Amino acid sequence: MKLVARLEQSAPIPLAADIACDSGELLALVGPSGSGKSTILRCLAGLHRPAAGHVRCGDETWFDASRGVDMPPQQRRVGVVFQHYALFPHLSALANVIVALQHLPAGERAEKARQWLARSNLEGLEARRPAELSGGQQQRVAIARALAREPQVLLLDEPFSAVDQVTRRKLLRQLIELRRSLDIPIVLVTHDLEEAALLADTMTVLHHGRSLQTAPPDELLARPASALVARLTDQPNIFTGRVLEQSPASDTTLIDWLGQPLQAAHHAVFAVGDAVCCVVPEAGVILVRDHQCDRENTFDATVSERLAWRGHATVTARVTGQREATLSFAIGAAVAQRRGIVPGVRVALQLQKAAICLTPADQPSGRPVAGQLGTAATAAGDRPA
Amino acid sequence: MIDWQALSLSLQLATATALLLLPFAIWLARLLAWSRFRHQGALEAAILLPLVLPPTVLGYYLLLGFGGASPLGQAYHALTGRALVFSFDGLLAASLIFNLPFAVQPMQRSFAAIPREVREAAWVSGLSRWQTFRRIELPLAWPGIAAALALTFAHTLGEFGVVLMVGGSLPGETRTIAIAIYDQAQAFNDSAAAGMSALLLALSFVAVMLVSRLGRLVLRR
Repeated sequence: MKLVARLEQSAPIPLAADIACDSGELLALVGPSGSGKSTILRCLAGLHRPAAGHVRCGDETWFDASRGVDMPPQQRRVGVVFQHYALFPHLSALANVIVALQHLPAGERAEKARQWLARSNLEGLEARRPAELSGGQQQRVAIARALAREPQVLLLDEPFSAVDQVTRRKLLRQLIELRRSLDIPIVLVTHDLEEAALLADTMTVLHHGRSLQTAPPDELLARPASALVARLTDQPNIFTGRVLEQSPASDTTLIDWLGQPLQAAHHAVFAVGDAVCCVVPEAGVILVRDHQCDRENTFDATVSERLAWRGHATVTARVTGQREATLSFAIGAAVAQRRGIVPGVRVALQLQKAAICLTPADQPSGRPVAGQLGTAATAAGDRPA
Repeated sequence: MIDWQALSLSLQLATATALLLLPFAIWLARLLAWSRFRHQGALEAAILLPLVLPPTVLGYYLLLGFGGASPLGQAYHALTGRALVFSFDGLLAASLIFNLPFAVQPMQRSFAAIPREVREAAWVSGLSRWQTFRRIELPLAWPGIAAALALTFAHTLGEFGVVLMVGGSLPGETRTIAIAIYDQAQAFNDSAAAGMSALLLALSFVAVMLVSRLGRLVLRR
C-alpha cells in the first residue's frame, strides 16, 4: 500500500506539495512554522480540502479535485496523533480508545481497547481521564487510539512537542520500536531535524507549502538540492563562491572561495564563472595537525566559540581570506580539551573535497533568503572581512 | 396571598421557552462558535440587543410586529384563528426572542471552548457528525447548556416590561407572576406582593446558584 498525494492551493496557506510514502516507511515532513506541514497532514486526513490535486492510498482514491472525489475523514481509515493529542477530556483512557473502535461489534470494543492500552504499557490507567495522566501517558493513549482504528495510514503531527526533553527521548525510543511493527505508511510532521533524522526513512523539506526536496535524511543533509534546503535543514557551513575551473579528469570543480582556491568533487552542471553555493556538513570540516597543512582545501582559522554538550563540542572558527567566513565543525569534547581548542586559538581546518556540495547560488533578489530563514543564514556563511 | 394561577402560568411560560429555545440556541451557538461568515458581527449584535434595549422598546416593536395589522399577526390569525398579541402564544413568541442572548451566550462560550482538534479526532476515529455531537460535543458543552437553560428559565420568570407590553395582564392567559406582583403593589396589597416577591426571589436565587456552580465546573475541567 502506498500513500501518494499532490496538493495544491493558493490560500489560506499556499500549497504545491508532492507526498509519497510506502508501507512500512516513515516520511518526515520538515520545515519552519507556516511551511504548510500540518495543513498537508490535515489534507491527507480529510480535515482540509485543498483547491486541487489528489490523495490516493493503495487502490483507493481519497481525494481527487478533478473528479470531485472527497472522502470524509470517517471513511479514510487514518490514525491521527494530534499535536496536543486531542484526547476527549470527559472520557477515560479506555473510553477514548473505544471511540476509535466503531468498526468492531459493540460487545468486543472494551476488550480490544484494553488490549491496545496494554500494548502501550498503560495497564492500570484505563479508568483515568486525560487530565489525570502525564504528558507521556497522554501521548501513548493518543497513539493507542490512532492505532485502534486499524488505519491504512498513520499521521503524526508534532507528537513530541508537548512533552519535556526526558520524556521525549523515552517516547522517541518507543516510537522507533512501534514503527518496526507497523506495515503502513507513516507520515510525521516535525520542525525538529534531529527527530526527523532519527525516525524517518525519507524526509521532505517544505517551504511556503512547496516540497523542495525529498530524500533519505543522510542524503538530504549531505546533498541539499539548493541553498534554501541547506538553510532550512540548519546546515552551518553555507558559502558562496565562483567556479574557477572544471576538470572532469581529476574529478574536480575548482571554486574561488574568499580569494583562495577550493577543490570540490566535479559538478558538471556548472560552467566556469558561475556563482555557486557551497554546502559543507559539519562532518566535512576536519581539524588537521600543523604538519598536515599542505593537504588540499586546508585553511588557517581562529576559534571564536566552543560549545560542549554530552561529550561533543561544536566549534566555530573564523577563516580569513580576501573576505571572512565562519566554519562550524564538531569534535569530541575530550579532543577539544586535549588540543586546547578555546576561543582565540589558531587552528588549521580542512574542507573535505568529497563532502563539499555545490548548488546554484541564491538569486540576488526575489527568492527568500537570509531575512526569512533565521539563524542558519545569519550565524554562518561569508560576509565582508 | 400568592396568585397561584399567575405562578403556574409563569412556570409554564419559562419551561416552554427554555425547551423550545434549546435546539435552536444550540444550533446558533455552534454556528457562532465555530464558523466565520459575513455579517457575523451584526448577527451577534442583534442577538445581544435584548440585553441592552429597554424592555418597553423591545415590547413596543414586538407589539407592532405581532399586532393584528402586521403580516405576522395576520398570518397567525389566518392559521389558528387566534390573535398573537395579548395571548399566551404571543407571550411565548416574545419570550423566545428576548431570551435569545441568555440562551445563546453561555452555550456559545462552551462550544467555543472545545478545541477544533477534539472534534476532528472524533471524525478521524470514525464518529459521524451526529455521533460526534452527541458523544463528544454535547457532554463537553453541557455546563454551558445547563447554564443557558437555568438563565432562560429564571429570566422568563422575572421578565416584566416585554410581557406587559405584549401580553397585558389577562388572568390565566398573560398575567405572569411578575405582572401579578405589580398589580398587587399597585393595589396596596402589600402582603401578597411581598409573598410573591419572596417566592420569585428564591426561585431566581436557586437558578443563579445553579449557573455559578456549573460555571465553576466549566473552569475546573
